[in-house]
Amino acid sequence: MTNTENLVHELVEKHGRDRNSLMPILQGLVSQEKFLSEEAMIAIAKELDLSAADVYGTASFYTFLDTVPRGKNIIRICKTISCHMRNKDEIIAVLEDQLKVKVGETTHDKRFTLLTANCLGWCHKGPVMLVNDEVFPEVTPQKAIEIVEEYIKKSN
Amino acid sequence: MEQLQLKKVDIIFGWDEKVTPIDVYDKTIKKSADSIILDMIDSGLKGRGGAGFPTGLKWKFTRNEDSDAKYVICNADEGEPGTFKDREILDRVPEKVFTGMAICAYVIGAREGYIYVRGEYNFLLKSLQKKVDLFNQQLAERKSDFTIYLRSGSGAYVCGEESALFESMEGKRGEPRNKPPYPTVSGYNGKPTVINNVETLVYTCEICRMGSEKFKSFGTFDSRGSKVFSVSGDTPTPGIYELELGMPLKDFVEEFADGDAKAVQIGGASGHCVPRKKFNETIIGFEGIPTGGSMMIFNSTRSMYNVLHDYLEFFTEESCGQCTPCRVGCQQLLKGIEAVKKGEKSPTYLEDLKKLTLTMKIAAKCGLGQSVANPFISIVDNFKEEIIY
Ligand code: SF4
Ligand code: FES
Repeated sequence: MTNTENLVHELVEKHGRDRNSLMPILQGLVSQEKFLSEEAMIAIAKELDLSAADVYGTASFYTFLDTVPRGKNIIRICKTISCHMRNKDEIIAVLEDQLKVKVGETTHDKRFTLLTANCLGWCHKGPVMLVNDEVFPEVTPQKAIEIVEEYIKKSN
Repeated sequence: MEQLQLKKVDIIFGWDEKVTPIDVYDKTIKKSADSIILDMIDSGLKGRGGAGFPTGLKWKFTRNEDSDAKYVICNADEGEPGTFKDREILDRVPEKVFTGMAICAYVIGAREGYIYVRGEYNFLLKSLQKKVDLFNQQLAERKSDFTIYLRSGSGAYVCGEESALFESMEGKRGEPRNKPPYPTVSGYNGKPTVINNVETLVYTCEICRMGSEKFKSFGTFDSRGSKVFSVSGDTPTPGIYELELGMPLKDFVEEFADGDAKAVQIGGASGHCVPRKKFNETIIGFEGIPTGGSMMIFNSTRSMYNVLHDYLEFFTEESCGQCTPCRVGCQQLLKGIEAVKKGEKSPTYLEDLKKLTLTMKIAAKCGLGQSVANPFISIVDNFKEEIIY
């Protein structure tokens, strides 16, 4: 078995073969591999006795269940109203500059993907940046750069 | 009509150290299920997620269903732009939420409960799981057969809609179902289900603690109790505030705005935009403008065109796409105001777009598509020049 198949198998053992377990299984995969590969979705379909199209149909519905390759760290900047009013554009601009990618893209070294997101639930402390599952409220351009540098250090 | 002054209260976050949530549970389940339901109905508590259905009735209907399995679900998929109260509650007083769920389970006869937390709040899960485990253990010690589980969403606003939330929990696309049947009859796994918002469950716990008489003494006849408000936008004091319901918007603006407020968006992106000239006459509560709790303030430096544009982009992205009026409607509205702004369409086109939102209100399947008319019409009507020029 490949690594992905092994992981799928582990997750299925943990959550069960019931359809109700599909979301936790998909989420478990994404947290490990950052996105759902074709291989992963086919393996899940087999284990749960669903069609692969059905698994893909479910996965592709959700913003956080990426079906295209993503970097090791996913940065999401809230672009909704309150964060917009607090200059999220500035944050996006410095990050695009620092990472040398545009929103939606992944860096060449596959370390970071830069995305925007809808309201992250910190509207009183915008602009807000989410890196993987970690939240950074009230980010300034300077802070945003430092946060990314921290992540680079961590992954070195 | 009774008129209240703005009054801050501290029911939810104010801890009375002497009574813990599990004490409230112990005390409450000495009563019969029917009398707890009567207390809830008597308290006048309406759902705090925005729709405002009487909580006691919801519990009663579910209790009356005959079924081998029933569920209690805590809806913590808060995604309305401008709303962040549930996160704060889950972070600071989760035990009160669990207690509300456990009391509900006792009333309706459920053995399983789920907290569906939005994916954006994943950072909460670790500490929440520990607290859930502890609470489950306390329940087990009391010979209760009710257990609470955590589930996480994956970033879809529409999953805050209760039937979409069930679909998601069942491992499907989070698309809203047709109603009826309502969740009280057929919810998660097709079984009778009580689904309550985080804040609603906290208040059920508080009502059991303080008694319905006391709870009723807060707020107005139509809007009983207090409510947590998420305040953001152009305000020097953004944050979470618990306020009595039924206050005039004027008081709210005086307290929270920066002295230059030209509009307040009540109830998040799907709510109503109230312009300055209507601050005096607007009441915040079920007798006026009900709200899930989001209050977003805009001052005179803001372009209301940009505000509406942001909202429409949000809806366009978050529409589940299941029904045409919503899927196509959102896109047309967005393109429509862009065209008017650029002068490609005449200003009268806005009237056509307003009609489109009214069609969406009737023909869309769920609250998302139905409520786009609220921000659209209230912003276009009150700030027409800003949309056109
Ligand atoms: S109204 Fe919109 S979100 Fe609701 S079911 Fe229809 S398409 Fe989906
Ligand atoms: S608008 Fe950015 S967190 Fe709510």
